[in-house]
Amino acid sequence: MSYKQYILVCGGTACDSIRGMELFNALKTAVKENGLINEVQVVRTGCLGFCEKGPIVKVLPQDTFYVEVKPEDAEEIIKEHIIKGREVSRLLYDKEQSKIHVAIEGIDFYQKQFRVVLRNCGAIDPNVIDEYIARDGYKALEKALFDMTPQDVIDEISKSGLRGRGGAGFPTGKKWSFAAAQPAGQKYMVCNADEGDPGAYMDRSTLEGDPHSVLEAMTIGGYAIGADKGFIYIRAEYPLAIKRLENALKQAREYGLLGNDILGSGFSFDIEIRLGAGAFVCGEETALLASIEGNRGMPRPRPPFPAVKGLWGRPTVINNVETLANIPVILLKGADWFNKIGTATSKGTKVFALTGKINNSGLIEVPMGTTLREIIFDIGGGIRGGKAFKAAQTGGPSGGIIPPQFLDTPIDYENLAKIGSIMGSGGLIVMDEDDCIPNIAKFYLDFTVDESCGKCAPCRIGGRKLLNYLDKICDGKGTHEDIENMREISEAMSRASLCGLGQTASNPVQSSLRYFMDEYKEHIDDKRCRAGKCKNLLRYTIDKTKCVGCTACARVCPANAIAGERKQPHAINNETCIKCGQCYEICKFHAITRE
Amino acid sequence: MSTAPTTAQGTQKLTPELKAFIAEWKEKPGNLVMILHHVQQHFGYIPREVAFEVADLIDVPLAKIYGVITFYNFFKLKKPGRNQIQVCMGTACYLKGGEDIIAELEGILGVGVNTVTPDGEFSVEAVRCLGCCGLAPVMVINGEVFGKVKTESLQGIIAKFRNA
Ligand SMILES: Cc1cc2nc3c(=O)[nH]c(=O)nc-3n(C[C@H](O)[C@H](O)[C@H](O)COP(=O)(O)O)c2cc1C
Ligand code: FES
Repeated sequence: MSYKQYILVCGGTACDSIRGMELFNALKTAVKENGLINEVQVVRTGCLGFCEKGPIVKVLPQDTFYVEVKPEDAEEIIKEHIIKGREVSRLLYDKEQSKIHVAIEGIDFYQKQFRVVLRNCGAIDPNVIDEYIARDGYKALEKALFDMTPQDVIDEISKSGLRGRGGAGFPTGKKWSFAAAQPAGQKYMVCNADEGDPGAYMDRSTLEGDPHSVLEAMTIGGYAIGADKGFIYIRAEYPLAIKRLENALKQAREYGLLGNDILGSGFSFDIEIRLGAGAFVCGEETALLASIEGNRGMPRPRPPFPAVKGLWGRPTVINNVETLANIPVILLKGADWFNKIGTATSKGTKVFALTGKINNSGLIEVPMGTTLREIIFDIGGGIRGGKAFKAAQTGGPSGGIIPPQFLDTPIDYENLAKIGSIMGSGGLIVMDEDDCIPNIAKFYLDFTVDESCGKCAPCRIGGRKLLNYLDKICDGKGTHEDIENMREISEAMSRASLCGLGQTASNPVQSSLRYFMDEYKEHIDDKRCRAGKCKNLLRYTIDKTKCVGCTACARVCPANAIAGERKQPHAINNETCIKCGQCYEICKFHAITRE
Repeated sequence: MSTAPTTAQGTQKLTPELKAFIAEWKEKPGNLVMILHHVQQHFGYIPREVAFEVADLIDVPLAKIYGVITFYNFFKLKKPGRNQIQVCMGTACYLKGGEDIIAELEGILGVGVNTVTPDGEFSVEAVRCLGCCGLAPVMVINGEVFGKVKTESLQGIIAKFRNA
């Protein structure tokens, strides 16, 4: 049965949280009430990417793109657009305020994007396996099982140049061949869906929007390395993704695409879901394995690598969600199609969660080699409120802070490493002039210190010391000697820590010292924070010419630091002031200045 | 469970459903984390006497169970408020004022993070990225997500849950 028109409603977590589900139901009701049930289908899809302007509604085949749609708008969309064929112009994406129809390709947010991993996100109902199959889903698995040997599969993946998207960029084909080379016996295929980088949600969106692509890829991986069992390790904080995965697993089993003797090929494979429990270090592969085994998630030294000795001592391949989502496409379109996308050393695309002080925050996918400028200014629409761009951070707490001079660097694994950052899993955070760099470095260190498992001394002690120095600097008590010490500790941590967490924890510090030394100097020498973020460096003063003596500030001050007679100008005692800013907020006469 | 009285610590017991779940998972290697998830989903935290029961049922030392509970941020040893507020302190939300949200909530509720209000109604915790960074700053109350939260609107939101 096919419909005349389709209304796609984004069902990602972000859109859901702003009444997306209500909107979906309202549209369905409106379709029913207008007797269109056999002509119009309302579909709840995965993330369409443009989270900033959610909830998003797309109408096919006209390709109309509605933004910030409310449940109350449902009736109008049906009555005007579907029945009368007139687009509801007030809901169209407002490109230069023109309110004209722009097809999705015409929206600048989508223009420079290229969707491989997110090919089905926002296009299909993730709860219906038939929709995945209709878009060539499980064809790659069929091809692998019937037309290719396990070695053929590995060769094809190797030739594609695909590298791990979980952060380290290890060649996927090579990893698979290591595990395949181990003597036959129990082996495992594990999907890393722990997505610990705070400020990143690529893997969540992929799992929510297209869960079958990951299941298909894991099954192909199992076939290639000789494993019959897979685990998906996913954060407990992602309930919607877990629900969709459970449903997808059930459907795949019903269709004979998982379980015993898949499609009559003689190959058997099944997948189980295991939940994380809020520990960043469990994204690290050896810690992740410890966690699946039911233990505290502590990493262990490598080698032996998991491909040789992994889960319960057996050969195990661990791949990131996004890495896996590439696999079916590579097998179907061929390694030669894939390895033409990207740069010399980094093939394919990368998905980023573009957030921070940016106009269009959302989920984007671009070919490797795209520049930061294209991402931030063309796709992201530039900095919010017309402010100046200060820095971008990739790789989350393990990455570096990238200054404006590298805006035109093509993004790939090698280039990012060269400028002191890492590709990471895909968090891309944009900062503007109102953000204080030492304060950001402190934020990341605070995170890694909190998440350090405490097993090795360089990470446990070094991280804490770095954080103490940063605290001092942000409090205006830092010295130049502290900076030197920070440099030394950072070095030691990168070299001597046991796992990637400690080895990379100092990256935000090292990169910011390298590119933003002037801000550190200001904090130390001038006791000044130009962004106004470091509270203890702020000074509040009352402008005597503007103060009318209303006493509002003195009454609100929790530290009794403001004195003055009624109807007379007041004054702040900076010795006792705790810089809470309440006086600043309450003054109706703008008589209080903060600098 | 909203019906469980707040003072009931010391009287919690595994329910038949939880026992069935544990029986089903007993022989599976690596079952502990999954069992604790189910226990916490039911009680909102992991009561001490239930941890004892689990230790007996799956034959694992209590010390190991506590080792695991305390390692993971997700597991709680204390009963949270009837309304659980989670404020995102991921990077995107931090940049857009997550700290101010927490400060304002502390002011409204009169307790700091990770503490339950005396009437047992609310508890606030700071959490890592909730995966809705496009809507930063983000807050979750009892599973309901609030995006682009403004400090001015917090009073109203809290009032809604207080009376619910
Ligand atoms: C502290 C730390 C956290 C990590 N977090 C993640 C994560 O959240 N997701 C992920 O896929 N890989 C993460 N990794 C990388 C994994 O250890 C591993 O390299 C990856 O899952 C391998 O898959 P890939 O080859 O497909 O990238 C993390 C590594 C470290 C050191
Ligand atoms: S940083 Fe708050 S939702 Fe991602």
